[in-house]
Amino acid sequence: MKHVKKIAIMTTLLASSLVITACNETPPAKAGIPPKLYTDSLFAVMNADRANYTKLIIQRLGPNGAGAIKPDEHWKEIENGALLPAQMFRAGSEAVAEVTDEFTYSLQSLWPINKQNAPKTPLEEEGLQYTVDNPGENFYGEEKLGDVTYFTAVYPDVAVSPACTTCHNDHKDSPRTDFDIGDVMGGVVIRVPL
Amino acid sequence: MRKFIWATWILVTLAIAGYYGYILLKADNKQALLIGETSHGHFQIELACSSCHTEAFGGPELIQEACAGCHGAELAEANDTHPKKKFTDPRNADRLSVVDARYCVSCHTEHHREITAPMGVTLPEDYCFHCHTDVGDDRESHRDLAFDSCASAGCHNYHDNRALFEDFLVHNHSGPWLKEMARLTNPNGAAMLASKHVPEQQPTFPEQKKAHPDIHQAWSGSSHADAGVDCGGCHSDASSNEWLEKPGIAQCQTCHIHEAESYKSGKHGMRLAQSLPAIRPADSTMSFKETALSLQQGCNSCHSAHRTDTLFAASEACLTCHNDDHSRGFDSSPHGQLLTQAIAGAIPVEQAVSCATCHMPRAENIVDGETVVQVNHNQNHNLRPNEKMIRPVCMQCHNLGFSIDALADPALIRNNFNGKPATHIPSIDWSLKRVAD
Repeated sequence: MKHVKKIAIMTTLLASSLVITACNETPPAKAGIPPKLYTDSLFAVMNADRANYTKLIIQRLGPNGAGAIKPDEHWKEIENGALLPAQMFRAGSEAVAEVTDEFTYSLQSLWPINKQNAPKTPLEEEGLQYTVDNPGENFYGEEKLGDVTYFTAVYPDVAVSPACTTCHNDHKDSPRTDFDIGDVMGGVVIRVPL
Repeated sequence: MRKFIWATWILVTLAIAGYYGYILLKADNKQALLIGETSHGHFQIELACSSCHTEAFGGPELIQEACAGCHGAELAEANDTHPKKKFTDPRNADRLSVVDARYCVSCHTEHHREITAPMGVTLPEDYCFHCHTDVGDDRESHRDLAFDSCASAGCHNYHDNRALFEDFLVHNHSGPWLKEMARLTNPNGAAMLASKHVPEQQPTFPEQKKAHPDIHQAWSGSSHADAGVDCGGCHSDASSNEWLEKPGIAQCQTCHIHEAESYKSGKHGMRLAQSLPAIRPADSTMSFKETALSLQQGCNSCHSAHRTDTLFAASEACLTCHNDDHSRGFDSSPHGQLLTQAIAGAIPVEQAVSCATCHMPRAENIVDGETVVQVNHNQNHNLRPNEKMIRPVCMQCHNLGFSIDALADPALIRNNFNGKPATHIPSIDWSLKRVAD
């Protein structure tokens, strides 16, 4: 009888501790910004910066403005050379990658001038195709790269000026030469580890 | 018996631990800790372990920081074609699982000289294959090329393609193989600094001048005299006016700061940057003259103390030690003949081509709005891969095509460019064809 009592007490204590432990291990409700809102916000900043660089620097100071700078693919090679808006965007992405791995972004296309900017993962390809097939819509999904699962968002990159279409249509490495204003030329891919 | 074995084992273990503990923490010479022969680029400083292993348990990030600390600026200047930042995007995860290109040591493993190829590469030469497998689909000309030829045939480099990228090839495809002779610009960096750093009141040491009239005579015709650097400018340190019998790099770099810094970045001076004794030819596995094996390298090895004869420093000084085919071929080469003519007064000295013209080139930099011409004393700055030499050096007198062909011909390099290239690198032809198509 004595042993039965001991076992009963021990069992009760064990059960209590398990309940307490289980309660403690219950993950707290996820707080913070939802990934979609996070990537949408990042894209808003990126898009605004690129539009401003194009409008306030390249158009104002370039050949169509004051003629003080020369936007060029090989900008380092020429005096007063300036980065093309797409290169400026990429420079921003590389600079961000040097300070954080909490998110990454890149400019990609199904018809890239530089083959390294073609989609690499199935989700990138699906997302870029989606933005072409569904003008005005973004694409969101999840993918696993290495051992990490990412939230991946793809935002359409639309040709907004003749400079975009002319450069891509005339470039010797461009696989597509019939871009018009308003066409989706590629996409901004933002990736956040979950 | 068992007690004896245990006691012996403990004693031996303690002895080994004590020996390596002493080497690690106390000994000046840490040779015993080396785990293998270091590469030709690092053997000079292999005993300064902490120059790379900045902390004992830092992991790859700290090693990477050490690599970038010495090589980062140079790679940035070279518009590095494969910087770390290109590989940090997770979309490259599959590539990194094959070659982790975020870290220098993935391709340049140290302490494995037995597998170290040119450029310090420790991967098999066809490493480009891993990411550029389908290059033949985009470039018909590349379809049947072997992947071990990408970076070894004079067409591409992994890091520095400033003279090899397609648009540059196209824009510089023409011109005679030998252009009008260029003229070297006279360096002015140190002279500009002298006015800022040499105090107006220098100890003049009249007794030394009296005791060494020949030296004083030699000095009076030197650029040091022109710049107002008296005996005390070098033969005393900043903290005292005491006579300093043998000034070293610490005194030289008062005015020659750029030269000293670049010297300490190169193979001649990199030991000094780590506070190690200066290197001697005997420390290297390269071919040097027997008579020079024990000469410790410093400013005075090439620059005579009082005559400041840069023509001697630019060529004859090099040949005091260097004894390989390329060095021995210099005097009879077309470049060496120009130097001979300049020394004889047949052509202006500025048109002479010396060892330093190519290996320690002069560069114009804008400092505080002024154009400063400085000699880069890092002999390794444009040495490897040798295509780094094309734009700042070769193309001053030759066209791009000739320069590429010449630097891709090992036999021509060995005889110091005594003749024409035996091979032709088709990269310009292919680029022009692609543009035409």
